[in-house]
Amino acid sequence: MPISTDILLIWISILFPIATALIVAIGPAKSARWTALAGTMVSLAALTMFAWNFPAWHNAEHFPNTVGASWIPNAGITFAVGFDTVSLLLALLSAFLMPLCIVGSFSAITERTKEYYGWFLVLGASIILAFAARDAILFYIGYEFTLVPMTLIIAVYGGTERRIAATKMFLYTFLGSMFMLAAILYVGWEHRLAAGVWDFDIDTLTKTAIRLPSSNQYWLFAAFIVGFAVKVPLFPLHTWLPLAHDQAPTAGSVILASAMLKLGTYGNYRFALPMAPAGGADLMSFVAILAIIAIIYASLICWVQTDAKKLIAYSSVAHLGLCMLGLFALNPVGAEGAVFYMVNHGLSTGALFLCIGMFYERYHTKDTDLVGGLAKRMPVWASFMVLFTLASIGLPGLNGFIGEFLCLGGTFIAEHDGKTGYPGVLGPWYAIVAGLGLIFAAMYLLILLGKLVWGPLREPHGESAHAGVGHANSSTRLPRDLSFREIAILTPLAIACIWLGFQPKPMLDAIAPCAEKMLANYPKEVERYMAESTTAPLASLRVKTTDESRDE
Amino acid sequence: MIDAMSPRLILLAPEMILFVAAVAVAIMGLSKNHSIRASLPFVTCAALIASIAAVPMTWTNENAHAANLLLPMLGRFVKPLLAGVGVLLVLLSVGSVDRRLEESVARGRIAFDPQRVVRGEFYAFFLLSVMGAMLLCNAQDLIWLFLAIELVSLPTYIMVAIGGSGNRNQEAAVKYFFLGAMSTAVFLYGFALLYGSTGSLQFLEIRNALAAQSAGSGIDTIAVIGVVLIILGLCFKITAVPMHFYAPDVYEGAPTHVTAFLAFVPKTAGFTALVLILTCVGWTGHTLIDSDGVRIPYMGLPTPIAAILWMIAILTMTLGNIGALLQSSVKRMLAYSSVAHSGYLILGLIAGATAGIEALYFYLLAYGVMTTASFAALAALERRGEEINSFADLAGLRLRHPVMAWMLAISAASLVGMPPFIGFFGKIYLFIAAFEADQFGLVVAAVLNSAVSGLYYLKLAIVPLVAPPSARSEEVTSVPSRWPFIAAVVCGVGTIVLPSIAGLLVDAARKSTQSAPIVSTASQSESPAGVVAGPDSITLKSQ
Repeated sequence: MPISTDILLIWISILFPIATALIVAIGPAKSARWTALAGTMVSLAALTMFAWNFPAWHNAEHFPNTVGASWIPNAGITFAVGFDTVSLLLALLSAFLMPLCIVGSFSAITERTKEYYGWFLVLGASIILAFAARDAILFYIGYEFTLVPMTLIIAVYGGTERRIAATKMFLYTFLGSMFMLAAILYVGWEHRLAAGVWDFDIDTLTKTAIRLPSSNQYWLFAAFIVGFAVKVPLFPLHTWLPLAHDQAPTAGSVILASAMLKLGTYGNYRFALPMAPAGGADLMSFVAILAIIAIIYASLICWVQTDAKKLIAYSSVAHLGLCMLGLFALNPVGAEGAVFYMVNHGLSTGALFLCIGMFYERYHTKDTDLVGGLAKRMPVWASFMVLFTLASIGLPGLNGFIGEFLCLGGTFIAEHDGKTGYPGVLGPWYAIVAGLGLIFAAMYLLILLGKLVWGPLREPHGESAHAGVGHANSSTRLPRDLSFREIAILTPLAIACIWLGFQPKPMLDAIAPCAEKMLANYPKEVERYMAESTTAPLASLRVKTTDESRDE
Repeated sequence: MIDAMSPRLILLAPEMILFVAAVAVAIMGLSKNHSIRASLPFVTCAALIASIAAVPMTWTNENAHAANLLLPMLGRFVKPLLAGVGVLLVLLSVGSVDRRLEESVARGRIAFDPQRVVRGEFYAFFLLSVMGAMLLCNAQDLIWLFLAIELVSLPTYIMVAIGGSGNRNQEAAVKYFFLGAMSTAVFLYGFALLYGSTGSLQFLEIRNALAAQSAGSGIDTIAVIGVVLIILGLCFKITAVPMHFYAPDVYEGAPTHVTAFLAFVPKTAGFTALVLILTCVGWTGHTLIDSDGVRIPYMGLPTPIAAILWMIAILTMTLGNIGALLQSSVKRMLAYSSVAHSGYLILGLIAGATAGIEALYFYLLAYGVMTTASFAALAALERRGEEINSFADLAGLRLRHPVMAWMLAISAASLVGMPPFIGFFGKIYLFIAAFEADQFGLVVAAVLNSAVSGLYYLKLAIVPLVAPPSARSEEVTSVPSRWPFIAAVVCGVGTIVLPSIAGLLVDAARKSTQSAPIVSTASQSESPAGVVAGPDSITLKSQ
C-alpha cells in the first residue's frame, strides 16, 4: 500500500519524538534538553504542515480517510490514523505546548534530565497518537500509555508527596480505562456478530453501536462515561487531579491539564456520545448535574485555597465541568463551545501553570499567604499572570469567554420544546446555576491576583535576599523578573489567547460541522427519552408534548 | 533415510535432539576440565535452538496428519515456543548451578570431585523437562499424555532441589514433590474413569465415543467425573485454584532461575494437556450463526465441566490477584501473579476451539516473555550472595542497576496489560476469544481483575525506579555471570518489539490449533442442522 505524504507527516509527528527520546536516553545529559526541543519542534512542524494542507476543515470528514495498514488481521486491529477538525485542533494544541514545556523545564529540572526529557517526548507522542488514531485499539494504546510517562514524571520529579500522587493518578485512571476497554471490545464484538469479522475502526464501530437496542447503549454509554469521567475529571472521580497537579513538576502539570485531560473530553466527543446516542440521551441530565456540581463545588474549594497551584488545579475541574456541560447540552451550540473551550482551556490553564511554576522557582512556595504584591518585584511576570487569569475568568476579548459563553448558551437553549431542532432536558435553570460558577471563577481568580500581584509586597522570610538566586546550582541562576527564555515561552501563549479571543470565527466555523455530525442521532433519541421518561430529574418542570406520554 | 521412517517418528526429531543433548550434557558435566563444565548451558542452548530449527523441517502437513494426532499442527507452534523461551531460561541459570562448588574449585580450596557436581544433571533434567512438554504435542493417547506430563514434572522436582544452594531449595522441592505426586494420582484416576467410560485410550476414539454419547443420552457421568478429575489434577501444573497453594511457597523457595522455569514450562505443558483432553470432550458456549444471523447456542462441554472451568477461572484470577496484593516478597508476589495469569488463560480454555486455544497459546508466548523478564531481572541481582527476595531489596534499584530496574518496570507494565507491550495484546486476544464464546461475564471478571492487578504491578515498577534506596538495597550487587542480565534485556526488549509482529504470531498460533476432522457419522446425523458436536464448530461461523 503506498503511503501518502499526509499519513507520513502524521507518523513523523508521532514517531519522531519517540526516536528522539531514544537518542536522548543514549546521548549525553548535557545536550538532552536541546535534542528534546528539536524533537518536539519537528513533531510540531510535521503536524503544522499537515494542518496547512488539511482539506477537511469545513466538513466533518476524516482525512486521510484511507484504510490503515493491518496490524493484527485476525482481530481487525490496524494502524489507521487520520484527523477530523476536532482531533487535529487538540493534537496541534498538544504539539504546540510540548516545546514550550521542554523550554520551561530548563531551569526546573536539574537531576535525571535524560530520563525526564525522554519520557516527556514519549508522553507527547502518545497523546498525539491518541488524537490521531482512527482505530479504537490504537486510540486505547495512546490513551493508556500516556499514564506511564506521566506517572514517572510525577513520581520522580514531583513534590514531597509525589509517590502517593503518582500512585493515585495511575490507579484511578487505569481502573477507569479498563471500563472503557471493555466497552470498546463489546462494540467490536457486536460488530463481529453483525458483520462476521472483527474490526476496530472507530467509524465502523460507531455505525454498529448506534444500531444496538437502547438498553445495551445505556450500559455502553455508562462504561464509556466511567472511563472518560476519571480522565476529565468529572465530580465524584476528580480527587486524584488536585493532588497530581500539586505534586507534578510545572511542565507535567501543563501537559496534564492542557493535553491529557482533553483526552477525557475528546473521548466523550469521539466515543461515548456518538456511539451510544440512546444512552447519552438517557443520561444527559445525570451527567449535566454532575458537571454542575463539579463547577460549583470546585469553585467553592478554590475560594478558600491558599496554594496557588492547587487553586488552578481545582479551577481546572470547574472549567472542565463547564466543558462537559456544554458537550451534554447535546446541541451544536454547546458542543461547538465545548470543543472550542477544550482548546482554550488548554492554552490559558497551561499558561497559568507555567506562570505559577516560574514564581515557584523563585520563591519555593506556592502559598498565597506568604507571598504577595509581586507586581513591584516582577512586573513582566505580573502582566502575563494578569492576562492569563483574565483569559481563564472569561473576560470578553480573550479566548476563554467564547467557549464559556457558548457552553452556557447551549445549556440554556437545551430545552424540551427544541425550537433549535435539538431538544434537551436541560434549560435555563441549569445554565443559571452553572453561570454562578463563572461568577465564583471571577471571584477566586481575582482574589488570587489581588494577593499575588497587587497589594503590599510580601516575600517569604529570608527569601527576598535570595530572590534573584534561584536554585543553588549557579548554571540555572534566575533573574528577579522573567528571563528572556521565560518570556519566549509565555509570549506565544499570550498571542494565541488574544488572537482566538478576537478571531474565534474561523475555528468555530471549522468545529461546527463536526459538532453537528456527532449529534446527528440526538434529536430523535432525546425525543424518545422525553417521551418515555416521566421519572427523569426535573420531569415535573417539563410540558408533555407527545401523545404517547399522556397515554402512559 | 528420512522417507523410510514413519511419520510419527519423524515428528519426534526435536525431542531426539534434546534427548541426545541431555545425555551428552550429563556426561560432560563430570569433566575435570573447567571450561567444558562452563560450556554446559551453551550446549543446552544450542540443542534447544537446533530443536527449534528441526520443527519446521519435520512437522509438515503430511507428516502431522499421517500421525493421526488430535490437533495435528499443534507442535509447530508449541515446540518452538517451549524451546525459544527455554533458551532464555537457560541463560537465566548460567553461573547459578554449583556456584559455590565451582568457586571453591577455582580457588583451589577443594579438589574437583565428580560426585559432588550437579551442573550436568541440572541441564540434563532441564532438557528432559522441556522435551516432556514437547512430547505432549505428539500425544495421541492417554498413556503417552501421562508419561509426557510426568516427564515434565519429575525433572522439575530435582531441579528445584539442586538448582541453587540453600536449605529452602530442599524444603521447596519436598513440598513440590509430594503435592505433585498427589495431583498426579488425581488425574491418573481421571484417566482411568475416562477409559472406563469410553473403552479406549486413543484420543480420536475417545472423542468419537463421547460425541456418540452426547448425541445419544448425554455424556456418561463416569466420563464427566473423569474429565473433572483430570482438570483438577492438571490444575496443579497450571497453578490454578484449588491446587495453587503450593505455588507461593515453592516459587519462593526455589532458586530464581528455576522459579522462572516453573512459571512457564509446567504451565505450558499443563495447558497443552488440558487442551487435548477438552478437545476430546468438545467446547462449550459457542454460538453458531446461521444464514439469517440468528445465534444458536451450542453446548459442547457438559454443564458440570463448563461450570467447574468457569469457577476455576474466576477463583484463580481473583485469589491470585488478592494474594499478590498482600505480599512483601517479590517472588511470592510473582507466584501469585502467575496464578492470576493462569486464571486469564483458562478464559482461552473455556472459549475453546479454535479462537480460544490460539488466544491461549499467544498469551502463553506473551506470558513466557514477560514473566521471564521479571525473574531474569531478579536473577541478575543478589544481596550478600543471597537471592533478592523482598521489595526492600529493590528500593531505589535504578541508582545502582538502572537497566534491571527498567526491565522490572517494563515486565510489570506488560504483565498488567499496559499497551503497547505484548501482555496487552495477549489480553485483548483472550478477551476477543471469550467474546466469541459468548462469555461476557468472564471478560468483565478478567477486566476487573486486571484493574486490581494494577495495584501490585505498579509497586513492582515504582519501587525500583522511584523509591529511595534502603539499607538493604545498598548492598545489592550484580551476580558474577552477565547472562541473566542479557536474558532480562532480551525479554524486556521482546515485550516491546513482539507486538509489532503480533499479527504473524497470532496467525502462527491459529494455524497450529486446527483440530483433526471428526470422522464419526453418528453424532453428525443426529445433531440439529448447522450444529455439529465437535471441536471445530467455530469454523462454521465463517460460513
